[in-house]
Amino acid sequence: MQKAEAHPVKQIYLWIWVWLLTLTVVEVFLAYRHLAVMTMLVILMGLSVIKAALIMSYFMHLRYERFSLALTLIPMLIICIALLASFFPDSLRLLELRPR
Amino acid sequence: MAQSQTEDLTLSSAWSGGASPYAMVSKKLGMWLFIVSDSLTFSALLVAYSYVRVANQDWPKPFEWASILGASIMTFCLLSSSLTMVMAVAAAQRLERKKAVVWLLATVLGGLLFILLHAREWIGLIHEGVTPFANPWGVPLFGAAFFTLTGLHMTHVTVGVLYLVVIAWGFGSARFKPEDVEVSGLYWHFVDLVWMFIFPMVYLLSAKTVA
Repeated sequence: MQKAEAHPVKQIYLWIWVWLLTLTVVEVFLAYRHLAVMTMLVILMGLSVIKAALIMSYFMHLRYERFSLALTLIPMLIICIALLASFFPDSLRLLELRPR
Repeated sequence: MAQSQTEDLTLSSAWSGGASPYAMVSKKLGMWLFIVSDSLTFSALLVAYSYVRVANQDWPKPFEWASILGASIMTFCLLSSSLTMVMAVAAAQRLERKKAVVWLLATVLGGLLFILLHAREWIGLIHEGVTPFANPWGVPLFGAAFFTLTGLHMTHVTVGVLYLVVIAWGFGSARFKPEDVEVSGLYWHFVDLVWMFIFPMVYLLSAKTVA
């Protein structure tokens, strides 16, 4: 893929900024719903991943770079984070082991 | 003749060293690689934090509405500074040096506001007796996790502010090129991106009314 597309116009940046602020307000709203910690963690992380994708794609211009850059960086990052996160379910076992 | 044509084709191939496979200057690729390595540092800390947070039923929830509002304003400052940063990069690419410097200084202002609000938050918690090794709520890991995560991030913001001041000076005086502004922008957006994970995990999951 060539670096074909022109960089985004100001209106796109403004829309991305508005979306990022809106998602932040949604996160703050959700923090005051009485949800279980695990449910809350999953929802908040999902929203944060969307926000990160918007920042990387538009603000960091990854969408407008050669596709080879994204292919080099993103899968490797995801695999490394998945390997780190593989320890996470152990926290639920630890929770069960604690005296109530 | 045929052999010479083949050699030309090989040398111009993206993977032979005859062309840049990413079509970007080396400093920009270097910044991307730094960002990926730094994201792994933050990922390790965030996974560790999630682990101890979920495993502890008694995890403290000290953040009142005022703290959550303060952290939301900090988020607004960083997000807005990212917007001013993309404006700076766009102006730099059009070689509008004065405009680029103004947008860069607006970004620096956003970063400074973030640091001031964060320092205020830290001082408030320290006055409540929170240290990296102890706190009034009996879960010492809370202070260690909070100060490590937010401290490392605040260090990145501080370095970013200094970096942008140098870039603003250098680009304003025509010492630096537009690509230098773009590379500094990548770093600044990364700092913003990391906060998008720290804010919900550290603040919102410990808001006072969360069940």
